[in-house]
Amino acid sequence: MDTLKTVRFVGKPVVFLLCLLPAALVVTDAFELTGRLGANPVEEILDRFGNWGLRMIMITLAVTPLRRITGWNWLARFRRMLGLFAFFYVLMHFLTWLILDQGVLLSAILEDLTERPFITIGFAALLLLIALAATSTGGMRRRLGRRWQVLHNAVYAIALLGVWHYWWQVKKDITEPLIYAAILTVLLGARLWWRWRR
Amino acid sequence: MLIKKPADIRPSEITSQSNYCNRRDFLRAGAIAGGSLLGANALGAVVPDARRAKLADVRASEFSTDETPNSYEDITTYNNYYEFGTGKADPFENAQDFEPRPWTITVDGHAEKKGTFDFDDFIKPFDLEERIYRMRCVEAWSMVIPWVGISLAEVVKHFKPTSKAKYVAFETLNDRSRMPGLRRRSLDWPYREGLTIAEATNPLAILAVGLYGEVLPNQNGAPIRLVVPWKYGFKGIKGIVRMRFTERQPDCSWNMAQPREYGFYANVNPDVDHPRWSQARERRIGAGLFASKQPTLMFNGYGEQVAHLYKDLDLRRNY
Repeated sequence: MDTLKTVRFVGKPVVFLLCLLPAALVVTDAFELTGRLGANPVEEILDRFGNWGLRMIMITLAVTPLRRITGWNWLARFRRMLGLFAFFYVLMHFLTWLILDQGVLLSAILEDLTERPFITIGFAALLLLIALAATSTGGMRRRLGRRWQVLHNAVYAIALLGVWHYWWQVKKDITEPLIYAAILTVLLGARLWWRWRR
Repeated sequence: MLIKKPADIRPSEITSQSNYCNRRDFLRAGAIAGGSLLGANALGAVVPDARRAKLADVRASEFSTDETPNSYEDITTYNNYYEFGTGKADPFENAQDFEPRPWTITVDGHAEKKGTFDFDDFIKPFDLEERIYRMRCVEAWSMVIPWVGISLAEVVKHFKPTSKAKYVAFETLNDRSRMPGLRRRSLDWPYREGLTIAEATNPLAILAVGLYGEVLPNQNGAPIRLVVPWKYGFKGIKGIVRMRFTERQPDCSWNMAQPREYGFYANVNPDVDHPRWSQARERRIGAGLFASKQPTLMFNGYGEQVAHLYKDLDLRRNY
């Protein structure tokens, strides 16, 4: 099998299943088959989906630098799937907040969206992600032409908003948001460095 | 001083101690049996049996709520105790081997009786009471916890504070070798909290030494911690080693860390939001995945006992 076929018939299904694993674990942990969600399951689910949303964004942003360093051009074939999984986890994070945490109580949701800046910026990141997910198909890419790349550069803004959202939300211990911020700095820094040297 | 009786309990609803204990044992046995079916994370391991000594001569209290207490597992696996780590499960995981003996408590400041007392001598003069209290965390979740404790008012009286004593300040143990969370400066150690003398002598305030009729688990603040149910949970300082009577308002850890977010009073108040989240509603731990949040009550529902303490205070300013 050539590389393209390996990617398509082995690589993609394997990566797909791996990316789905954290979501599957939430379900099996909820039934206490694999682990447990603990005393505050809503918070736990919210945290896990939010964390995986951020991780998938970071992994997606790592594809291009990794490809450049290793010369493995086939890596680019995973980028859309990874990006869509980032969208999936952020959406699940949002839905957990909307349904399980807020109980679809409209007044509380509107108050949070307008008066809690960390929720506002998280929501802004979600809206941008929806736009990217909706234009992720080959057809949309062709239709948008040059503008597609401009639009999809919003992924950098999404990553920044995501880390900021997390940073602003933690009570005191900023270790984890700091780790995301450091990874993001490296990923964006590498791009700036290459652009500057060009 | 007039002791107001709480309105939320009828004598007919008070479960007798023996019934109550039987029920708990039954529930716990069931939970252990259920848990063992699932293997490693069986409930029996939450606190090792060797540490779970029963407390004798515990009286019931009229201040207890009739709400159903949270499970022993919820109360002992979901904690904020930064001395053992900042994650909710960290205290449960990292406090297992903590040895809360020998333990001394130093009493100093503006009081006639001062000194350093062994834990057992410190609590000996006082009656043990079970107090089933609501606990509202500043993070907008809540539990119902069956504490066993001694009246803080009695403790304060015992040490005979002088007229200069306007506040009571508390400090947590600050021992890096026994508390792994102290290696990081997540707060300005030692953990410090304080109350006004009027608050400390309110009949609701207790120093808890037990949970569910047994000695206090390490992760909940063994061997002795403060419980002030009308205030946010962080006021309930754990692992107390020092009690000081002061003339001026003492420094408090969360207030020092983020004064705009955590005040000295920290009374539960649904009308004054935390700058970053709403305090109007709370998630009751143990209510289940699909339970909605419940409205938070002013003074966590203890207004009848404590509202008079703050009648001249602007609670929006003094949050």
